[in-house]
Amino acid sequence: MKSLLKMTWMEAKLFLREPAAAFFTLAFPLVMLLIFATIYGNTPPPGSTGSQGAIDALIPAFTAMVIGITGLMAVTMTMATYRENGILRRLRTTPVKPLVVMAAQVAVVFVMTGLGVLILLAAGVLLYHVRLPGNPISFLGGYALSSLSFFGIGFILAGVLPTARTAQVVAMVLLYPMLILSGAAWPRELMPAAVQKVTACIPLTYVVNLLRGLWAGEPWGAHLLDVAVLVVMLLAGAFISARIFRWE
Amino acid sequence: MDAIVQVNGLRKAYGATVAVDGISFEVCHGEIFGMVGPNGAGKTTTIECLEGLRKPDGGRLSVLGVDPILGSQVLRERAGMQLQQSNLPDRMKVWEALDLYASFYPRPVDWQALIAQLGLEEKRNTPFAKLSGGQKQRLFIALALLPDPQLIFLDELTTGLDPQARRAIWDLILAVRALGKTILLTTHFMEEAERLCDRVAILDHGRIVALDTPSALIHNLAAEERVSFTLLGGVSPALQQALAQLGSVEMNGDQVTVSSPNGRARPLVSEVVSLLTAQGAAFRDLSTRQPSLEDVFLSLTGRAMRD
Ligand SMILES: Nc1ncnc2c1ncn2[C@@H]1O[C@H](COP(=O)(O)OP(=O)(O)OP(=O)(O)O)[C@@H](O)[C@H]1O
Ligand SMILES: [Mg+2]
Repeated sequence: MKSLLKMTWMEAKLFLREPAAAFFTLAFPLVMLLIFATIYGNTPPPGSTGSQGAIDALIPAFTAMVIGITGLMAVTMTMATYRENGILRRLRTTPVKPLVVMAAQVAVVFVMTGLGVLILLAAGVLLYHVRLPGNPISFLGGYALSSLSFFGIGFILAGVLPTARTAQVVAMVLLYPMLILSGAAWPRELMPAAVQKVTACIPLTYVVNLLRGLWAGEPWGAHLLDVAVLVVMLLAGAFISARIFRWE
Repeated sequence: MDAIVQVNGLRKAYGATVAVDGISFEVCHGEIFGMVGPNGAGKTTTIECLEGLRKPDGGRLSVLGVDPILGSQVLRERAGMQLQQSNLPDRMKVWEALDLYASFYPRPVDWQALIAQLGLEEKRNTPFAKLSGGQKQRLFIALALLPDPQLIFLDELTTGLDPQARRAIWDLILAVRALGKTILLTTHFMEEAERLCDRVAILDHGRIVALDTPSALIHNLAAEERVSFTLLGGVSPALQQALAQLGSVEMNGDQVTVSSPNGRARPLVSEVVSLLTAQGAAFRDLSTRQPSLEDVFLSLTGRAMRD
């Protein structure tokens, strides 16, 4: 337990010492929001606060996007680099368990990305008078479930792929179609019917559905399929990544 | 004394390369045991099999009473390991690394003291990537000593260290051994092996070609004693003949070198000096070379560099 706390704290410090990565994680959702808001020109006119404008729809979509990006990229890159550089090799000579190493990574990326999402929400409220969902806690719960189940994919990629470089390339190749087809980048309703069928095979789709629903104030009960898929991903991801963990 | 490490017929091959070819030895409690050998002799492979980091292809191993693969958790808790190759995250500071690694062990030594013993005080707040090679090496030695282990593995103990740091590490290792710890190390410095080790195994091509105390290795393995000097008054045939009685003589102008197999009753140098004095031959620049472990090493493993 002591080692988990120390390790998490250490990883958090290391994360913040990488200014580019830290900035990206914390500010990326905000920057996306500013860019899109400018494109859509959707500063709501005075007095119409609370209208379900384009920005309201964008926030859950951006949150899903962030979950996809960090899930696939963040832990994957760190773990693959640690292994490639022999950092895991040094850890392997100590009694520390793989689970502790992975949990520390998850904790740090999870909290940092969560902060990024909170910044996004705050900016939405302050700058664009976005109406918060019926239950913001419920929305953050949706973020937590989705985010944790996506880390599994990251650890599996890190475990399977030989080098940090290949891990990065494969993560990218998986990420882009996922962002586009899941409805995170633009609404699935606008896609051709055939493409919409494909989207059902994409994990991020369930995140988009769940977060949009929770944002609109729908109950969790209305999203049992999404929740089921994400929970299965979470359990399978945890199980498989613990199994295939490699120190070197 | 009880054996802390027992190796019986250890074998390990990588594809067609046989890295370790059936070696056996024991390391006793409280001993400093050294492995030397040319590059690629199989030292790292052996030590990493003992550490439970590589899976042997054959042979029986027992380290601290457990099989290194099956009991790897026990080993990790009770042995300190310094690897020939490993790393820490670039931006991790020296003190942070020690503080973090200390949290992995139930009863670590005081890492503040280790920082001082390894001369890293000035670098406490330096990120790993900004350390020099020798400073990194010292940090890794500190990490190996951190768990206060019964058994310490040190692969290439002082590679990359300057002479002062090397001597400081020797003192540290001897002090650690005085606490009753057992140490298994590899080195490329014969002087280091000679100074530190109670017993030394010389490896070549995955086999042990000699294993004994450093002094026994030097005395048993027909290395030579050699005396060189410059004669001032030329070489008379009588003198030459008398010198030839002592050993083989090489002449190069008025430079003379006498060498003779090790293990004479009287040291060669005193015989040479008494002879020259008795014959009234003037000489200067006399130097002697006692055989060292290095000579034994070179004669056993061949002079050419290999890998
Ligand atoms: N992971 C590996 N895969 C394939 N071959 C290896 C591997 N590790 C070592 N070898 C080979 O095994 C042999 C022994 O290597 P080892 O690292 O044990 O030597 P060593 O005695 O430690 O050498 P050095 O003094 O250079 O450290 C070498 O021929 C090397 O090429
Ligand atoms: Mg080696």
